[in-house]
Amino acid sequence: MTELWNGLLKALELIVTFNPEVMAIAGLSLRIAVTSTLLAAIICLPLGSLVHFKQFHGKRVLISLIQTFYSVPTVTVGLLVFVLFSRSGPLGGLNLLFTPTVMILGQVLLVSPILVGLTVSALSGVDRTVTDTARSLGASGRQTAFLILKEARFAVMAALVLGFGRAISEVGLALMVGGNIKGFTRVLTTAISLETSKGDWELSMALGIILIIIALVINVVLNRIQQRR
Amino acid sequence: MMSFIELRDIRQRRDGRDILENISLSVARGEVRALIGPTGAGKTTLLRLADLLDTPTSGMVFFDGCDTSASEWVRLEARRRMAFVLQKPIVFNTSVYENVASGLRWRGQGSRHLRERVLEVLEMVRLADYKDRNARTLSGGEVQRVAIARAIAIKPEVLLLDEPTANLDPVSASRIEELIEGIIKKQSLTVLLATHDMAQGQRLADKISVLVNGRIVQTGGLREIFYSPMSREVAEFVGMENILDGMITSCEGELAVIDVQGHTIEAVTDCHSGENVSVLMRPEDITVALTRVSSSARNSLAGTITRTLSSGPFCRVEIDCGFPLVALVTRRSAEEMGLEPGKRVYATFKAVSLHVIRR
Repeated sequence: MTELWNGLLKALELIVTFNPEVMAIAGLSLRIAVTSTLLAAIICLPLGSLVHFKQFHGKRVLISLIQTFYSVPTVTVGLLVFVLFSRSGPLGGLNLLFTPTVMILGQVLLVSPILVGLTVSALSGVDRTVTDTARSLGASGRQTAFLILKEARFAVMAALVLGFGRAISEVGLALMVGGNIKGFTRVLTTAISLETSKGDWELSMALGIILIIIALVINVVLNRIQQRR
Repeated sequence: MMSFIELRDIRQRRDGRDILENISLSVARGEVRALIGPTGAGKTTLLRLADLLDTPTSGMVFFDGCDTSASEWVRLEARRRMAFVLQKPIVFNTSVYENVASGLRWRGQGSRHLRERVLEVLEMVRLADYKDRNARTLSGGEVQRVAIARAIAIKPEVLLLDEPTANLDPVSASRIEELIEGIIKKQSLTVLLATHDMAQGQRLADKISVLVNGRIVQTGGLREIFYSPMSREVAEFVGMENILDGMITSCEGELAVIDVQGHTIEAVTDCHSGENVSVLMRPEDITVALTRVSSSARNSLAGTITRTLSSGPFCRVEIDCGFPLVALVTRRSAEEMGLEPGKRVYATFKAVSLHVIRR
């Protein structure tokens, strides 16, 4: 028990003194997760809108399929990306394996289903009357779609936050395709797993606390946004 | 005169059911037309077709002489000259100002003109102080006013209103009605107003079309609809509660003697002797007396009160004269005469206040 207590104290010390190693790891984690979430958003928001606004055969099936991939294991995506980018893989020539870039690509794949699926449900959550009202006031098809996306902004924002949460907290993918290279691809989760197996609890705990703080900050921000509705 | 909005032979089918059938309606520029009918008659469906939100199963919709089925572009351009206030209006999740500005923005209106117009309209509906509030925080009557402001901000040529006061308390409702009346008078708009409240139709419209079960059963001026309904359905809807079936036994000029289940009623009509007819009368045209009133061209039938029902300052008296009759008297006179079930009274009504239709 005292070990745990000492670990905690040491961890807090590492944080409040802005330990350079800890900060570097946390910074990289944030950069990668934010970039991948934004990239995914750029792709998935229009894609989700398309799925919602267009009527086509197999729409329901497609949506169910997308929802199935909400909880795809991170190691499965990791495996896929690894195979694609390994030296003998189809994209091996790009030499991207074990770089932050490939981690971002992997995370984009990982969070895309969540973003597309939740965008679709966010848009379906908007009252049908909004569409009618907009059209009756002279909005074109595109203007109507844009308004609905705007009306659904809080739900869409929540989707983004969820996607970000999944990106920053996953470990399997980051470890497999990032390689946990110190100062280059080492992020919070991979560092925690390594340091814990090495027995360096203090560092692990400090990093874990930072992860929790990030989660907390996001939640507070999200709640603030939603209270303004 | 050429019609501004014209619906020709419209049929609208949904879920294997005809919502509208055989609808032909034409509204002239500057006309205020009320569409009255019970709930579920198809009024909203008709308005949606007029606003080009939906396309009919068959039939054509013309706007200002143009066939609107030509292209989506024609429809959008036509729709941009109209404004539709939906039955349960919603506001967009943004400020009152932005709500009212939305129609202008979609038309690419320049920002200076836009601001002027929005503020002007907000002033008109007395919501100027609320312009920065989120529209979601407003009350029902205020939401209705935002919806109206949003609609008229674009200076439409046609205003479509679907039950504009249906979901409001009486005070808000009469305020909204006043507001609409003011707008109509000031801007010589063409208006199509759907309402189940026939009195509202009477107050606002020049002309009324009665919609029952997906069909327009009568179109005409106010007096025509309220005092000379063409069919039983219209009569029932416009408050002609007393409908008696009988046969004309003799005619003397315009005055006919009608036999209703063995009782004789005199009425003014152009129907002929031997015809089967229905006699229609409004409850407020029947007076209740304790003694027989005898004068020419006046009917006075003896009967027994079966039920009295007070509604506001009035009292509905149901009388059995061999057939049921409903009379509306003021509560005060009901009390003075001591009207109560079982009492013998005389139901009296003028021959000219009756409306006779062929069966």
